[in-house]
Amino acid sequence: MATATHIVTPEESEPHGPLEAVVVRFAGDSGDGMQLTGGQFTLSTALAGNDLATFPDFPAEIRAPQGTTFGVSAFQINFGSSAIETAGDAPDVLVAMNPAALKVNVASLKPGGLIIADEGEFGARNLAKAGYDANPLDDGSLAKWQLIKFNISQLTLDAVKPFGLGNKEALRCKNMWTLGLALWMFDRDRGPIEDWLKTKFAKAPELAEANIAALNAGHAFGETAEIGGPLKQHHIDPAPAEPGLYRTITGAESISLGLVAGTQLAGLKMFFGGYPITPASAILHHLSRLKEYDVTTFQAEDEIAAIASAIGASFAGSLGVTSSSGPGIALKGEAMGLAIMTELPLVIVNSQRGGPSTGLPTKTEQSDLYQAVYGRNGDAPMPVISARSPADAFDCAIEAVRIAVQYMTPVMLLTDGYIANAAEPWKVPDMGGYAPFPVTFHDERPAEGEQVLAYKRDDKRARVWIKPGSEGLMHRIGGIEKNVKTGHIDYNPDNHQAMTDMRAAKVMGVADTIPDQDVTLGEAGSKLAVVGWGSTFGPIHQAVRRARKQGLDVSHVHIRHIWPLPKNLGELLATYDRIIIPEMNNGQLKTLLRDQYLVDAKPVLKVSGQPFMIAEIEAAIDEALNA
Amino acid sequence: MNELTKLTAKDFATDQEVRWCPGCGDYAVLKAVQRTMPELGAKPENTVFISGIGCSSRFPYYMETYGFHTIHGRAPAIATGVKLANPDLDVWIITGDGDALSIGGNHTMHVLRRNLDCQILLFNNEIYGLTKGQYSPTSRAGTRSPSTPYGSVDRPANPCAFALGSGARFVARGIDVSKHLPDVLKAAYAHKGAAFVEIYQNCIVYNDDVFAPFTAKENAGKQLWLKTGEPMLFDGGAKGIALDVETLSLRVVDVTDGDWQSAGVLVHNPQNKALAQMLVEMPSDIFPVALGVIFDSPAPTFESAVVEQNKAAAAGKAPNLQALVSKGQSWQVEKEPRAE
Ligand code: SF4
Repeated sequence: MATATHIVTPEESEPHGPLEAVVVRFAGDSGDGMQLTGGQFTLSTALAGNDLATFPDFPAEIRAPQGTTFGVSAFQINFGSSAIETAGDAPDVLVAMNPAALKVNVASLKPGGLIIADEGEFGARNLAKAGYDANPLDDGSLAKWQLIKFNISQLTLDAVKPFGLGNKEALRCKNMWTLGLALWMFDRDRGPIEDWLKTKFAKAPELAEANIAALNAGHAFGETAEIGGPLKQHHIDPAPAEPGLYRTITGAESISLGLVAGTQLAGLKMFFGGYPITPASAILHHLSRLKEYDVTTFQAEDEIAAIASAIGASFAGSLGVTSSSGPGIALKGEAMGLAIMTELPLVIVNSQRGGPSTGLPTKTEQSDLYQAVYGRNGDAPMPVISARSPADAFDCAIEAVRIAVQYMTPVMLLTDGYIANAAEPWKVPDMGGYAPFPVTFHDERPAEGEQVLAYKRDDKRARVWIKPGSEGLMHRIGGIEKNVKTGHIDYNPDNHQAMTDMRAAKVMGVADTIPDQDVTLGEAGSKLAVVGWGSTFGPIHQAVRRARKQGLDVSHVHIRHIWPLPKNLGELLATYDRIIIPEMNNGQLKTLLRDQYLVDAKPVLKVSGQPFMIAEIEAAIDEALNA
Repeated sequence: MNELTKLTAKDFATDQEVRWCPGCGDYAVLKAVQRTMPELGAKPENTVFISGIGCSSRFPYYMETYGFHTIHGRAPAIATGVKLANPDLDVWIITGDGDALSIGGNHTMHVLRRNLDCQILLFNNEIYGLTKGQYSPTSRAGTRSPSTPYGSVDRPANPCAFALGSGARFVARGIDVSKHLPDVLKAAYAHKGAAFVEIYQNCIVYNDDVFAPFTAKENAGKQLWLKTGEPMLFDGGAKGIALDVETLSLRVVDVTDGDWQSAGVLVHNPQNKALAQMLVEMPSDIFPVALGVIFDSPAPTFESAVVEQNKAAAAGKAPNLQALVSKGQSWQVEKEPRAE
């Protein structure tokens, strides 16, 4: 769990991870409702007190042709009675709703793992679409796994018959049947799911009833069917966690909530300018429902207008926020420069995805670090923060707002497709525990005959923020270089040097108000440090934990503040003999750290659109220590 | 209020040295705007001038109001954020033919379509001045410029037709040096919603006299100044605009002894969009150039709709951060399960 409340249990000392953890992967056609099934299973898992991490893995196509391999949508969940930080390497259980889902996912299933297949979908047509010559359910090709098959489609149709739905609608209840079976397998309460269905189908009670019937039928099937063998009921104890109120949260939700909390702590109104893009749109959706928190959302005509309107709102005295993903962030580049030049606060959220160009819109990557730190014309320094998990994103968003308003600067908050979509339990924070950082607008009129000095600075080098509408404080700002004192246009060489230095010093000064870099697990001076940032947190942390239990001298350092870096980071890195940096890119943090500290950091790279597996990082640790 | 009436053009001028080429039409527009502001009762502290990039976009630096000189083409988007964040501000957008119709065409279209309450002054000089004279999206076909030494081959955009096509509810035209410009500005200010004003502006350096065929003194007869409820007469009243019902198009008719009625001259109704469309697209041969307020038909503004919706959506909901973060299905962990 990324809430940092976890207490290490004896089970975790096992070299191969917690015993009481299970990875389940639901896979089906995009139209089969696997994300809903996964989401509801996640909720029931959380309610049962297990720790968990999820990985929704869906296609870029909205309605890919039915039954094809590229139309397969999957949802993986790892849950257990001890700390869970990744969605799990290899599934223990694969639910395959059709041949394509089986084909795409079976290879990753653990040897001996369980396949639950909907036999009813394994007809000749679907087999052909998935590229199977023979039916894998019959030809023995799945021998290294345990296989149970039954006709989920037919069983669902039977269960919902009394509700008189059409065939298509009736079959849509398949996912609830499957969920019912899964709930039985893991000894879960159906109540919350029933409540959810009733709310979801409040306008069509017969659909609610049909889905509940399917859910109950799946559950009853587990209870009564005498197929025996691998289909057993498991009970997984709740994971140890600090007492308190918990909920599940996705990254997109927690960023939205963090932005709202941040602007409230700053005493500001929020203006959010966005343009739809995967996987960032969810933030726009969440915020557009929070009007009572002084949030105005604006779906702009393009990415540039989204950021430009946010800059305009900041000029007018709100906190401008914009959000996008790599390609959209590229379009916003020039406007970011304007915000840097005019020294206006702004938060830019980048939900990274596979790139370059359109790349892999629905897959995850952390390859926009260069873009965040360096990706603008001119010397254009900008603070950059990265979230490590859905829960962590909440605090990161508040921190981004704080830096933006206290330093009068745009700030980029990096998250990624994995964090945006994944859910994890979150200990609901006590909002009273967050210190407000109220903004004071400059409203002092200059003395008679004196000029308004819009570039007057405080001890953080932040310029004054003057709201248009304030009498006697009219002033002009713009993208052309301004005089360091008066704020009027000034092209002089000395002045440009002075302003360039000022902008750089201001942003570097952010390091004065951020925490020192800690060692996330382990200590300074180990033989090996595994340094990471962003969503690689889970697999790195688990891999380092396992390595340490084996007695290996390895520590985990996870960086939140990408720019400026924490002041002590150079010193800390110098204490390690070796450093490896696992990243879902081609070595971007590695370059930054080598450049800043001349350390011989070695990259561990994965750019496949899929998160790291724990085993991959364990292997990299072994290799680094044995090199 | 008394204090306001005392403001003069000078109160709207900054101490910054104006840096346009001597003789540039921009000076005349600046003077007209500075002169008009006090008459509008505009408060300097409530006024924001927002520009993009280009010669005209330096304009905000010379206005003693709030000002934002932004980036190329994006002024309408910045202005949208300003106005949504504080609908009480008077927002003026200063732009040019390249800024508004080329690099920023998309934003111009959307600010008009949404009907954000603002005044958009498009300085049309049919050339890129600041970058030293390349042809622009409004340059006539055949324009020779550094980037088109053999003449441009693409057909120009018509700013007012573009604005009408984008759903603008106020479209007007003026000339930099014309004495009628302040009246046009006043009408634009009085219109609640996006008010689009194309101003023919002479670039003395790169495109001198391109508008002379109707702006030169001796060609004043080619100017058709439109006035609500008045006949569309030009050339000292000797000619008028009538509708050819057969072809559904405008035609020029001669008017003798002021008897425009029998000549069938149209009376200007700025609420008539079909007419506005025909007026802005009159060919330049025998037709005059339509000037003044061509179309003025107010509709609810974007920012007022946003404010209303925000209010309605927030009504009855008390903001409570603790409740917000606790939302959704939650569960209580009572005690450490393994603590015993
Ligand atoms: S280049 Fe033309 S438009 Fe620009 S300032 Fe000079 S005269 Fe005016």
